[in-house]
Amino acid sequence: MPSYLEEYLPLVIFMGVAGFLAAALLIAPFVLAFKAPDTEKLSAYECGFNAFDDARMKFDVRFYLVSLLFIIFDLEVAFLFPWAVAFKDVGLFGFWSMILFLGVLTIGFIYEWRKGALEWD
Amino acid sequence: MNVAAVFFYLFSAIMLASAFMVIAAKNPVHSVLFLILAFVNASGLFLLMGAEFLAMILVVVYVGAVAVLFLFVVMMLDVDFAELKQGFLQYLPLGSVIGIVVAIELLLVMVGFTQSDAALGAGASPIQANVSNTEALGLVLYTKYVYLFQASGLVLLTAMIGAIVLTLRHKPDVKRQVIADQNARTRADAIEIKKAPSRAGV
Amino acid sequence: MTPISFALAHSLPEVVLAVGALALLMLGVFRARDGRDWIISECAIAVLGLAFLLLFVGAGPKVVVFDGAFIDDAYGRYMKGLALIGSIVTLLLSLDYMRREKIDLFEFPVLVILATLGMLMLISAQTLISLYLGLELMSLALYVIAAFHRDNVRASEAGLKYFALGALSSGMLLYGASLLYGFAGTVSLQGIAAAINGKANIGVIFGLVFMLAGLSFKMSVVPFHMWTPDVYEGAPTPVTAFFASAAKMAAVAITMRLVVTAFPGVTDQWRQILIFVSILSMALGAFAAIGQTNIKRLMAYSSIGHMGFALVGLAAGTEQGVQGVLVYLSIYLTMTLGTFAAILSMRVGDVYVEKISDLAGLSRTNGTMALFLSAMMLSLAGIPPLAGFFAKWYVFNAAIQAHLYPLAVIGVLMSVVACFYYLRIVKVIYFDEPAPGFERASPAVTAVLIVASLLVVFFSFWPGPLDVAAAAAAKSLF
Repeated sequence: MPSYLEEYLPLVIFMGVAGFLAAALLIAPFVLAFKAPDTEKLSAYECGFNAFDDARMKFDVRFYLVSLLFIIFDLEVAFLFPWAVAFKDVGLFGFWSMILFLGVLTIGFIYEWRKGALEWD
Repeated sequence: MNVAAVFFYLFSAIMLASAFMVIAAKNPVHSVLFLILAFVNASGLFLLMGAEFLAMILVVVYVGAVAVLFLFVVMMLDVDFAELKQGFLQYLPLGSVIGIVVAIELLLVMVGFTQSDAALGAGASPIQANVSNTEALGLVLYTKYVYLFQASGLVLLTAMIGAIVLTLRHKPDVKRQVIADQNARTRADAIEIKKAPSRAGV
Repeated sequence: MTPISFALAHSLPEVVLAVGALALLMLGVFRARDGRDWIISECAIAVLGLAFLLLFVGAGPKVVVFDGAFIDDAYGRYMKGLALIGSIVTLLLSLDYMRREKIDLFEFPVLVILATLGMLMLISAQTLISLYLGLELMSLALYVIAAFHRDNVRASEAGLKYFALGALSSGMLLYGASLLYGFAGTVSLQGIAAAINGKANIGVIFGLVFMLAGLSFKMSVVPFHMWTPDVYEGAPTPVTAFFASAAKMAAVAITMRLVVTAFPGVTDQWRQILIFVSILSMALGAFAAIGQTNIKRLMAYSSIGHMGFALVGLAAGTEQGVQGVLVYLSIYLTMTLGTFAAILSMRVGDVYVEKISDLAGLSRTNGTMALFLSAMMLSLAGIPPLAGFFAKWYVFNAAIQAHLYPLAVIGVLMSVVACFYYLRIVKVIYFDEPAPGFERASPAVTAVLIVASLLVVFFSFWPGPLDVAAAAAAKSLF
């Protein structure tokens, strides 16, 4: 087993504990809880009226636009990590290479801003 | 069997099961959630292969961002999935024949696949022992692969322009805040002092 | 000279396009009123023209730069020239159309430049990664401009269909690429050829098949053609012209480069696939077009058929075959752009019409246009002495030299069948009762139609330069 994997031991333990707790809390009520089933408890509202319509409605396409723009900049940031780690070794060329990349996306950002894609309405 | 192998089979099994559930789940939102589970397990597999950076990026980008995008798309589409499955039985015979043929072909590849002698030696950038995975990427990505790096920047730009061109529309009758106009307001054009004659009304 | 400036000197057209696209995007977003086109299209034509001129600067023996990712050779320059001509003419054709359809946004020329940049990168790709990035840059921009008329249901449908199937094809291409990488341990096309070393491993064959399937989507050849008629019909007409011209040039160019550079040792394997695909495309192009009433749909089937004919030359797998494909593509480009110029001249009042019956009796309402369009149709049919005949002659000759007699015979038969629907249009133009006459087309559209017609008609008097250039380009590929 490669040595770097050992560094993930805390993560594995954490996931194990989290999984155990989640499973325990999910299963425990079946065993322990007091049950008195009644159809009225499952009705939409105990008082008031039933829902008129399906709760699932179409989302506006603008949500999608925002999240897509977020992904694009998320990816841009992802490219920054290895650059930052290897910054001392990539030299001036690596530096300007990244600046050019950022420049292209900054132009995209200016375009987006001017078009008003960052405004909601 | 060592620990890494145990985790490999654990991740692979969960990933295959959740990938199957992505297409089998009735509720599309559940499909997206299973997709997220598949992504997380894929990230575990990357980790086992030593691609630590890719594993983390997979979690950040796919689980954090792409899955959210998928959720929006699923909610935006308003597809009646019960209706979509109407033709399912009709296409089942033909579909399963094609599926079985492809599955047999893929099995053939799995059985008969060998690597060339050159590939068994080393990859394009051999892994060095004293360099972390992220740094190893950083050392080549911005210098050796500068062309591909800049090309991916342009692909991202195109995606941005495309998304805005196709989805952005402004409502014409919405009042927007224009900060420059607010700041440029002077006392002269903001208020007007009128001398109202007394007892004459306005 | 430092490595980077050396590399940039060999990728000048790409650099010009990238910088041009960024500059025009900024110019448009700051200067254009209401996001309208303003003069962005004209500037974009200038940028593309400059890139075209730069193709003639510093031509020499083949050079591989950017750590083996990018090749600069005569073949690449030839195909880039064709792709750039396609984009320039597309923008010329779009000027008037977009304005009249009220979709003259400044993003359109910017996206056309970015798509063209993708095509150029694709044509010069020398590794699997640069191939994929070029292809994605091109496709992504094409998906957007296919749906550019976003308030039009048919255009949106076209964009969505193209996107869904294009994404599927990218997935197949990537799967094939990963198999090849797994086998060879390198992404370089030449490295793959060295690793294969004449022995066809099953993984290599699968990689080859999946990559060719992905590229066949982009070339729109049977059995990966299903999107073509719908997208051609739904997309705005200049965009359709772009799909039929520049995009095809890039897709065929990279297919040729891929099979010749990466799979020289397993010619028999890919030849089978190409012959199969080629025969099916020629047959579908010939038979399915017969019943069409919409001229854009007809052109879709026609382009499927023509890709089949072009692949006949590639199936030969020889230098002569590649030369034949290059000549074929050049002439096909001219004919397609000319035909689309004619389609864009079909405007009654304020509405662009696209039914074949709208052309009825054109000879009496607009004699010159009738003449030019008929020349295009006869050339597409391959009737001597028009250019289309020579194109077919080149590829069939190459197939016969490579002893692919059945393929050549089937090709000739299919081109006879295809004659039927081209001649039907000529008949409609000359012998049917006149439909309402068309409005005067814009000068740019008329100019494209005239130039293309003259080239097609008088090609046989002066075929030398094209022949020589194509021969030199084909030689540099091997």
